Amino acid sequence: MSAKIKHYPGEALETKDIKEGKVPTEKFRPKAKFAWSTGVAMSRFLDELKNGKIIATTCNKCRRIMVPPRIYCEKCYEPTDGWTYIKDTGVINTFSVSFLAADATRLKEPIIVAIVNLHGASEGMGIIHRIEEVSDWKKVKIGMKVKAIWKPPKERTGAITDIKYFKPLEEE
Amino acid sequence: MSLEKITNPLKVRHWIGDMEADYVYTLGVAGERFFKELKDKGRIMGAKCPHCGIVFVPPRMYCEKCLATLEEWVDVGKEGIVYTFTIATMDIDGSKLEKPVIYALIKFDGVDGGLIHKIGETDKVSIGMKVKAVLKPPKERKASINDIKYFKPAE
Amino acid sequence: MLSEVKSEMLGKKRVAIVGAGVTLFRRNLKETGKELSYEASRMALDAAGLELRNIRSVVMGSAPDAFDGVHMKGEYLADGAGAYHKPYTRVFVGGGTGVFAPLAGWWHVASGQFDTCLVVCEEKMSSCYPHPQFAFTTIFDPILERPLGMNLIWIFALEMNRYMHKHNLKKEQIALVSVKNKRNALDNPIAQLGAKITVEDVLNSEIMAWPVQRLDVSPTSDGAAAVLLASEDVAKEITDNPVWIDGVGWCIDSTYWTNRDLYYPDYVEYAARMAYKMAGIKNPPKEIDVAEPYDPFDYKELHHMEGLLLCKKGEAPKLTAEGVTQRDGDLPTCPSGGLLGCGNPIAAAGLMKVCELFWQLRGEAGKRQVPNDPRTGVAQAWGDLMQYGSVIVLRR
Repeated sequence: MSAKIKHYPGEALETKDIKEGKVPTEKFRPKAKFAWSTGVAMSRFLDELKNGKIIATTCNKCRRIMVPPRIYCEKCYEPTDGWTYIKDTGVINTFSVSFLAADATRLKEPIIVAIVNLHGASEGMGIIHRIEEVSDWKKVKIGMKVKAIWKPPKERTGAITDIKYFKPLEEE
Repeated sequence: MSLEKITNPLKVRHWIGDMEADYVYTLGVAGERFFKELKDKGRIMGAKCPHCGIVFVPPRMYCEKCLATLEEWVDVGKEGIVYTFTIATMDIDGSKLEKPVIYALIKFDGVDGGLIHKIGETDKVSIGMKVKAVLKPPKERKASINDIKYFKPAE
Repeated sequence: MLSEVKSEMLGKKRVAIVGAGVTLFRRNLKETGKELSYEASRMALDAAGLELRNIRSVVMGSAPDAFDGVHMKGEYLADGAGAYHKPYTRVFVGGGTGVFAPLAGWWHVASGQFDTCLVVCEEKMSSCYPHPQFAFTTIFDPILERPLGMNLIWIFALEMNRYMHKHNLKKEQIALVSVKNKRNALDNPIAQLGAKITVEDVLNSEIMAWPVQRLDVSPTSDGAAAVLLASEDVAKEITDNPVWIDGVGWCIDSTYWTNRDLYYPDYVEYAARMAYKMAGIKNPPKEIDVAEPYDPFDYKELHHMEGLLLCKKGEAPKLTAEGVTQRDGDLPTCPSGGLLGCGNPIAAAGLMKVCELFWQLRGEAGKRQVPNDPRTGVAQAWGDLMQYGSVIVLRR
């Protein structure tokens, strides 16, 4: 990129040549499995989800009600002071309409994902989840009120997916 | 807070998952040349540093000691000696192998470095033992380290 | 919230960049990661007329091992970066790595511990199949986020939507950045995607995750870059034209990204304030002659211009529309073509921006040269889960 340099190194290859085996390569698939410890705070959060409830932690110093709950307040750097239930309704803080799945394959029907600021938690405290029961994705707006739709109690396992999705509360 | 000692992650409240990914590695500029020589001409090549005088196997694009570009390649032959070895009794997942496999670091005369590979056609290995590469027939070679089947004792 | 600049913050020695090198950025390069590191390092050494024995320390910046598919990638790349038998440090802060690596290099020299430091950044994303995007999914919390089937593009889409909403912006205003940077990249010999496109092209491109469309995004790439740092006395022996690192700043926010208002990057502002304070800059829009903010997406350039205090919140789209950020404008921004035009080999992309400023401030940027003799430049990189900013201020 300097005007003084005459040659920039790099031998480019075409993706299709690699895919068609025209370029010699080595292939490998690591078989790593993980069992992530859910931790002190999240274990309680997951237990409460199984009961159909959303729980948060409170910090008396900065007076935040925090979700996802945590055992330390990252701003005050002290242990959090207590637990409190919050509502399963909230407001869309921001959203996206995705035509891409997790592995980058294309989707015909989009997935709508949003950060939902939950009622009862401090301002700006949100969690990420899916939005469904939307007839026209162009009608989703920031500020829209939404409510959690839960799996029936027998199907809940103590996971974020015990909430199936959030649905808009207002008439579209 | 519990301070009980637990060594199995499955015994603590956990969430199971994996981190999937597939990898396709290009052999590199030097690597591709090395493996093509092995596949097409059945030769094991090294690269010589003009300043340090060292011959590297496997050959590489640059000398790691002085960062010069390596342009001169030499045939190091197919005979070497066992520099060190181990006898593997478990496979990659930790389960027992039916028959143990001998892996060795084989060095070539006048060369810095060497190749890690299997020792075949014998159960007895010793450090300093002379060995010779046994290649797959040309049609079966794929420009891979496994184009060499193993090294066998040389007379 | 930042205390006074202590004299210790300025270091014991003044540090300069005396050489730089960049490889081509492409979707697939044949070279292994080691070879890429070597190519960039060799270029930087040749530019300064130095040999490996003159290098006292090496810093490698490379983002996740998961892209190259080699565990302990720093160790793997070390010899390609000239670190054989040398003190070596690998740093990694996601996308922020490219500007953070020279900051870590600055510590090595400013502390007085080493007279020279070779800083190298490498990324080989093509090894990950079917697409490196898939390796990104592990950035998300495994318990609360991944079960929802997350794709990395979503967090950018969520942030872009919030930014647009807060400042009442239309996509057309943001698309201008993509048009500008891809056109700038046509003059960059290393660029992957230099092109002449229009706002219409951006608006008609495939919707990936609304509001993000294909031409709003930079591609994944292979590539490497390197800069050579030297202390003041040594720098003056090597070149008549050293470029001084006068300000460094870095800052991280938490991974509770759903607890923040994403329309503004506070962490970039804090990093920028730290760097400006060190450099004695009180009025960034007036005192900065050329800027290279991190632009993996078009809206990101605007987001970061505001975080870098180069304009007021929400004002960046207006400056873009008025041509202020063109090469011949009052605040040339991403004259290199940025990530949108050159490609995005994560760590190497950030360091490429530092190399660009090095050449711009020395008047060596050829067709991309910003006029009127620029003397002060700022480069910034961003990383991780919408949480990290690294800023460097360069002066001639």
